[in-house]
Amino acid sequence: MEIDPFIFRLSIFILSIFIGYYVVWSVTPSLHTPLMSVTNAISSVIIVGAIIAALAGSSEDVFSISSAFGFIAIVLAAINIFGGFLVTQRMLQMYKKKKDKKK
Amino acid sequence: MISANLSAIFYLISGILFILALRGLSSPDTSRQGNYFGIAGMIIAIVVTFLSIGNLSTILVYVIIFLVIGGAIGAFIAFKIPMTAMPELVAGFHSLVGLAAVLVAIAAFLNPEAFSLGIVGGIKLASLIEMSIGAAVGAITFSGSIIAFLKLKGIMSGSPITFRGQHFLNLILGIAIFVLIFYLCKIQSANIFWTVVIISFLVGVLLIIPIGGADMPVVISMLNSYSGWAAAGIGFTLENTALIITGALVGSSGAILSYIMCKAMNRSFISVILGGFGADNSTDDSKEKKDQKPVKSGNAEDAAFLMKNASSVIIVPGYGMAVAQAQHAVREMVDKLKKNDIKVTYAIHPVAGRMPGHMNVLLAEANVPYDEVFELEDINNDFANSDVAFVIGANDVTNPVAKTDPKSPIFGMPVLDVEKCKSVLFVKRSLSPGYAGIDNELFYKDNTLMLFADAKKMTEDIVKNLDK
Repeated sequence: MEIDPFIFRLSIFILSIFIGYYVVWSVTPSLHTPLMSVTNAISSVIIVGAIIAALAGSSEDVFSISSAFGFIAIVLAAINIFGGFLVTQRMLQMYKKKKDKKK
Repeated sequence: MISANLSAIFYLISGILFILALRGLSSPDTSRQGNYFGIAGMIIAIVVTFLSIGNLSTILVYVIIFLVIGGAIGAFIAFKIPMTAMPELVAGFHSLVGLAAVLVAIAAFLNPEAFSLGIVGGIKLASLIEMSIGAAVGAITFSGSIIAFLKLKGIMSGSPITFRGQHFLNLILGIAIFVLIFYLCKIQSANIFWTVVIISFLVGVLLIIPIGGADMPVVISMLNSYSGWAAAGIGFTLENTALIITGALVGSSGAILSYIMCKAMNRSFISVILGGFGADNSTDDSKEKKDQKPVKSGNAEDAAFLMKNASSVIIVPGYGMAVAQAQHAVREMVDKLKKNDIKVTYAIHPVAGRMPGHMNVLLAEANVPYDEVFELEDINNDFANSDVAFVIGANDVTNPVAKTDPKSPIFGMPVLDVEKCKSVLFVKRSLSPGYAGIDNELFYKDNTLMLFADAKKMTEDIVKNLDK
């Protein structure tokens, strides 16, 4: 009997939870705020779904009801992606060691 | 157009890059590189999506226009936002992830052909369950984050809003969502789908309103976790590896942060969720105490004198420092002290501030090197060997009651052993109790000098007096 592809995805999901568990425990507490902003940015990879939805429309009817939802989702996710990565970058730039303190 | 197998491999690569992005955060040195991994992963995911659809018609132009609009707004916010507003920003971003998840789920429900999930009214059962869970969790994330955002921004009062039967109502609504999803699978009616989404929005609001201001670190971490689970739900619907991996990573990340925050407050996750903590804080008992016990108060001159004659000083910042925007003044003060060969370090309690790592970011913003900033367990033994503890804007996290009085609501919470210092300078506006609604015993210790003033103003005055 063939294994349902869902099981494979479930396996990836569960293994990723374990990876996440170990990776996140190794994050230094002083970087917990950047951790939150970067997880925010990467979870906006949901934009993939938004793009599929938006591109589903036809050339005559670009903003059909379902693709309109896709377009709005693209804007929201894009705000998050750019905002998330850039604000993380801005924060990380501020973390300096003792020696390069005098700038 | 690239094959489905090839694009799946690329999605896997982008998932791995996201793992590396989080891995980079294990130290500030590697963190910037980690962020670039994250960006690379995102670019791969987006480009592969375009290529795999292959429908590069005029619609693509619209997609890119919307992408650029969102990107420009995001970039503008990222550069403009002050570091003190970081908790609100993160809450706001969570709400966007949640709403995007809801919208994608709705789009998939209305047009399942585009996602090859079946036809309208005949969506594959598994996909239908996945998308309704994704939509429900996304909706809870959205409305919950909006409430958290309003509370953090001060538009909505930070005090918990509770009413009778609140938890019962939440339970009923939660069960209703499951029942409706069950019926949705049977009859695939759009109305049921909309009802699920609307009830979920309501649940999000109800979940967050009873939780008070100082529990916000837990709330934000929890919503972070939810946004991950929502993304994973959509990932299952779209059969997209990158989304599934990311959702799992973000979900567990948020869950771990919530756990760390709860532990740092010695509260169970359940009790935080149920909320209402700190609602009834005006007990007569604490008022009486205030009248009886004498408090030593001083001014900036006394504080400057004490610190000048110390050989080691530990700064204990808290939310008050963020509110007063005093971090730059503190750094200035520390620079002056260092010039006099005084050893200065910073002690940070895990729940200081309104989100995990809040204080660290503010100190980094004020150019405080991160190797002078220590976490609770790394520095707590140093208080006994230090001359002065300078508590600025922190309160409950320094209260010795947590170690001595089993009846206290914060008993058992790990606290900074500030009272072991030779002398304690406590900057505070008044003697009012902190968030937990209990009196801080530290105020009445012989070695405590209260400095009643705004945190920023007091620090600036101390800087002036240090020059004398």
